[in-house]
Amino acid sequence: MVGKPEGAAGGGAGRISVRGVRKSFVQNDGSPVRVLAGLDLEIGAGEFVSLIGPSGCGKSTLLRLIAGLIQAESGTILLDGREISEPDSERGLVFQNPLLFPWLNLYDNVAFGLRARKVYRERRSEVGEFLRLAGLEKFAGSYPHQLSGGMAQRAALARALVNHPRVLLLDEPLGALDAFTRMNMQDEIIRFWRERGTTMLMVTHDVDEAIYLADRVVVMSPGPARIETILPVPLARPRARSHPEFLQLRAGILKILHFGGQVREPSYQI
Amino acid sequence: MGKLKVWRPPAAILAALALELGLENSSRHPPSRHPFFLYGLALSAAFFLLASLAGRWRPGIGARLEEKANFNAAVYAFLGLLNLATNKFALLPPLFFPSPDRILGVLVLDYPYILGECLASSAKLLFTGFLAGTLAGLVTGIAVGFSKRAAYWVNPAIRLIGPIPPTAWIPLVLVAFPTTFLGGVFLIALSVWFPVTVMTSSGIANVQNAYFEVSRTLGARRNHQIFHVGIPAAMPFIFIGLFSGTCSSFITLMTAEMIGVKNGIGWYINWQREMLSYANVYAGLLVIALSFYLLVTLFFKLRDRVLVWQRGVIKW
Repeated sequence: MVGKPEGAAGGGAGRISVRGVRKSFVQNDGSPVRVLAGLDLEIGAGEFVSLIGPSGCGKSTLLRLIAGLIQAESGTILLDGREISEPDSERGLVFQNPLLFPWLNLYDNVAFGLRARKVYRERRSEVGEFLRLAGLEKFAGSYPHQLSGGMAQRAALARALVNHPRVLLLDEPLGALDAFTRMNMQDEIIRFWRERGTTMLMVTHDVDEAIYLADRVVVMSPGPARIETILPVPLARPRARSHPEFLQLRAGILKILHFGGQVREPSYQI
Repeated sequence: MGKLKVWRPPAAILAALALELGLENSSRHPPSRHPFFLYGLALSAAFFLLASLAGRWRPGIGARLEEKANFNAAVYAFLGLLNLATNKFALLPPLFFPSPDRILGVLVLDYPYILGECLASSAKLLFTGFLAGTLAGLVTGIAVGFSKRAAYWVNPAIRLIGPIPPTAWIPLVLVAFPTTFLGGVFLIALSVWFPVTVMTSSGIANVQNAYFEVSRTLGARRNHQIFHVGIPAAMPFIFIGLFSGTCSSFITLMTAEMIGVKNGIGWYINWQREMLSYANVYAGLLVIALSFYLLVTLFFKLRDRVLVWQRGVIKW
């Protein structure tokens, strides 16, 4: 266990309620496109939820709404009963591109959140602890361009987690990694999650990844986005990717996404 | 092969020495007070002898000597030929092309005045102006880069005033400022301000928005975003602006000194030209070249240190 959860935010906190959220974007030709039309979703504290669905179904939009980077037109998003209005360190966000600050070495990248919140002096020891947790203590002085993709993504996770967020939002964080690094990183994320008890909401295009990681898989469909189904994953961890029940869930999700006989998402072969 | 290469510069020096000693000076060149060219060559020969000895103990020095051997040899061959074309055979008009002897003589005999007064005065003017221009440029650039309202009001002014060559302001500056020094500071600041402003604001505009988004989810408020994301990310652009400002500040400095400011190395050159003392003009040019070379080298060292994170990201 690294550090302590912050104040009252620790323990059972991290519950997300998405209620009737609508969002549309204006296209280049000026016409609006509705992305989300009244979406509802409840995520329990400490739960791991995967969002899966074809491109353009509003998964990332939902994540950015919860992060507070964009605002919904109507509806509310609550974190532990409090409405979300702007980005905050209590909701960490990790993108597919690790987006480490290239002008800072790894130590300073991980320390960024502490410095931004002016708590670096009291909590500087945690920077080293999170670097160690990410297996990067030897690379504290390295610059981001010197790292491999997997290392950079681990550093991005450590940078988000050093803030002790109640919720970690993951937008296809492993999408750019090769298959083996990806499977290793999935185990790392599970390890982070077990040690911290942070609520995790992860967008992915990979059905296996969604089942391997999540307590529940939310399958979405586009135009405008709605939740097709929510599948609980009743398998004990660590999960075997070849377990019959795993394969059954996988077949089920694929069938939902293939609904109507169309391959809408050509990118999830393994 | 490598061993022989190291001896090319001393060979060139010895050849130049032999020609200097063996040939009569042309009567059309005024004699110099001391054989400065001879002294210079002798000193150079001693330097290369010592350096190649040091190179045996320190491989770093040896490698550098070998790498630069051809260039150094060419420099001394050129000096030897220049000496032939001027001092020995007077192939070029002696008034405008004085012998290396006399140029060196000016540097040796006049250096308290050239360095102690002229160069010091130029340096004071340059640094004051450069510092003022850099500060003003950074402030304007950051304001325009981050604030829509600042961009609305300031951008037209930048576009209108910026492209005017600073020296075009000289007639106005001569009457508007109480001293020519302050006028010079203003002109140099102006020539640095424009490129620094433009490059700072476009550097900030070019920062990936995702960096700002990440920093917000990490808890950074506006000020932290400006000083810890926007400005460091824009640093490569800011340094391009600073370099461009450095170059135009040199031009402005020289022009200001030749037209208005009654002091400094640019004024010295102009004054000596009027007196037809071309040996002094060349000495002044040499001092300028060496000083600006030193400043630009220092600038690049500073840039390499600040932008060390770019190594490996871009081709240097």
